[in-house]
Amino acid sequence: MTTRLLEIENLTVRLAAGQAARPIIDGVSLHVEHGEAVGLVGESGSGKSVTCRSVLGLFPEGAEAAGGLRVDGADILTMSPTRLRDLRRRDASMIFQDPRASINPLRRIGDFVTEGLRASGVSRKGALDRAEELLESVGIRAPRAALRRYPHEFSGGMLQRVMIAGALAGGPRLLLADEPTTALDVTTQAEVVSILTRLQAERDMGMLFVTHDLELAAAICDRVYVMYAGRIVEAQSAEGLFSRPRHPYTSGLLAATPRLESDRPPHGVPGRPVSLSEAPSGCAFAARCAHARPGCTEHEPGLREIDGAQVACLRAEELIHD
Amino acid sequence: MAGFLLRRIGGIAVTLLVTSFLVFGSVHLAPGDPASFLLGGRSASPAAVAAIKEQYHLDDPFLVQYTKWIGGVVTGDFGKSATFRQDVGGLIAARLPTTLLLIGYAGVLILVGGLAFGALAALRRGVVDRAVLVGTGIATATPSFVAAIGLISLFAVRLGWFPAFGNGGGFGDRIYHLTLPAAALALTFVGLLARVTRTSMLEELGREHVEVARSRGVPGSDVVRRHVLRNALGPITTVTGTVVAGLLVATSIVETAFGLSGVGQLLVSSVTVKDFPVVQAVSLLVVLAFVTANLVVDLVHPLIDPRLSHAKGGKA
Ligand SMILES: Nc1ncnc2c1ncn2[C@@H]1O[C@H](COP(=O)(O)OP(=O)(O)O)[C@@H](O)[C@H]1O
Ligand code: SF4
Ligand SMILES: [Mg+2]
Repeated sequence: MTTRLLEIENLTVRLAAGQAARPIIDGVSLHVEHGEAVGLVGESGSGKSVTCRSVLGLFPEGAEAAGGLRVDGADILTMSPTRLRDLRRRDASMIFQDPRASINPLRRIGDFVTEGLRASGVSRKGALDRAEELLESVGIRAPRAALRRYPHEFSGGMLQRVMIAGALAGGPRLLLADEPTTALDVTTQAEVVSILTRLQAERDMGMLFVTHDLELAAAICDRVYVMYAGRIVEAQSAEGLFSRPRHPYTSGLLAATPRLESDRPPHGVPGRPVSLSEAPSGCAFAARCAHARPGCTEHEPGLREIDGAQVACLRAEELIHD
Repeated sequence: MAGFLLRRIGGIAVTLLVTSFLVFGSVHLAPGDPASFLLGGRSASPAAVAAIKEQYHLDDPFLVQYTKWIGGVVTGDFGKSATFRQDVGGLIAARLPTTLLLIGYAGVLILVGGLAFGALAALRRGVVDRAVLVGTGIATATPSFVAAIGLISLFAVRLGWFPAFGNGGGFGDRIYHLTLPAAALALTFVGLLARVTRTSMLEELGREHVEVARSRGVPGSDVVRRHVLRNALGPITTVTGTVVAGLLVATSIVETAFGLSGVGQLLVSSVTVKDFPVVQAVSLLVVLAFVTANLVVDLVHPLIDPRLSHAKGGKA
């Protein structure tokens, strides 16, 4: 077998010593194969963005990362700055949540899309021609003229398409999409998702799709990881996750998604999400878990393989027959 | 755009008219009999006093005097200086080149020094940043006459590198003569601009698009130039405009200290001897400098930030 496109092994990220060196993600392991779409789901603050950004070697200032982090076999954590820049331009790129904040408002759309290409030494003319094709492929009308326009002349959805075009410019094999539709309205969300999945399939890219929307992740991904308080608590195929969630948190998330076929409003996961630093000993989810037992706060549940799924819950076996 | 410019120029005309009235009024409200000032305190024959009063329209009502003066001003006639017995316009025109050269020189020093120190402090947090903060704090607090004395005693008297006095002849020699005055003039404002640059760049450094540019493999120097400094230019331009206009006032101290015959020195000497026509004309020039600088800044801002552009574009 060839090397995996993205392999994260037991990744822990700790903040700088001044902030008590507290970890913000702990022992995260996940992988993405070539051409595969993988979801990373969890409530806000669970560590999805930290995980996603670390793939490009972007850590909070002064933070320390330990574990394995490889893109196409190349180790991100020990890579030289020059090699890391090359990787960011060519091999892996990221689509951010808020296009309006992520694209410099004072520079032209063309400057944004061609920025990485120009840094790789592509001529201005060549880069602009390439950018025009890219804008066309994400469905921007009059792409040549659009290159000369400014971000404030575009709607949020159009700007997110520009961001996707910019991310594709270097011809990456790995796409990191950090809540790419969260800042958009519902109709625009659907359009952006369909552009993203079409391009991912056409260009045979691997994609790590980060969202707080489990249903969306299950709809477009092959496999899904569920994250809670800086740790992965469940991982399995999208269908498996949808039909047979193993972790009480996953079940809660599923119940929280509005269903078309149901008139009942989503009841959500009761309680407030905690970050890793606030998490008590034992299972971080215990305070919100309807199935918690006294033992749950004593031992930290590790990921265990059950019927092809990975679950970090002490009672996973019992709860299957719930 | 043309409409915008016309409106602005109309606004400037109104501003100048109102301030000309205030300038004229305040000079005439100054205590004492204008005629005796104009005679320089000499006792004169009643005939001489009458002649002076006639020349400066001193017996007319205030509004009539103002109307006669402003009528001259709009045709470029600022009246006659009492001490120099010369046209005020000619007096100023003869001194303006020196002053403009001094302001230009100081302006370049302020821009280069302010941007360099500000950027250095913003990008090298820690010891460098703290050193720049202390240095700019001292620079900002140093009055230009103190800077002038310090520079003269070090570079002119002790080291003998630069002349301490006079205008010099020929362009190169003039620049050489203006080096210490320009440095004295610039010092305070280098500190001010460095601080504004630092604050503005720090704010931009925290923006999401800066992180995004890094995530795309854009080299650090390009990120600083195209995302941080580029976006920090708004406040830097505003402050630079005000500072450059204000330099015209600041030259009065520096030109006097270095014995340069420029507009600033003319203002100081005219105020001392109450040479009203000169004081009025230079005051108007200062106001003109401020409103012009303001206009230039307002015209430059849309070039920096397309969102402020006067031509409206629709959404795609
Ligand atoms: N730059 C940072 N400095 C300090 N803490 C951070 C930083 N980035 C993220 N965190 C912390 O890490 C945790 C996870 O954040 P994040 O990955 O952004 O969550 P998510 O993307 O899942 O909403 C949060 O508790 C957040 O406060
Ligand atoms: S370990 Fe206990 S508290 Fe945690 S999810 Fe499982 S049942 Fe709930
Ligand atoms: Mg996030």
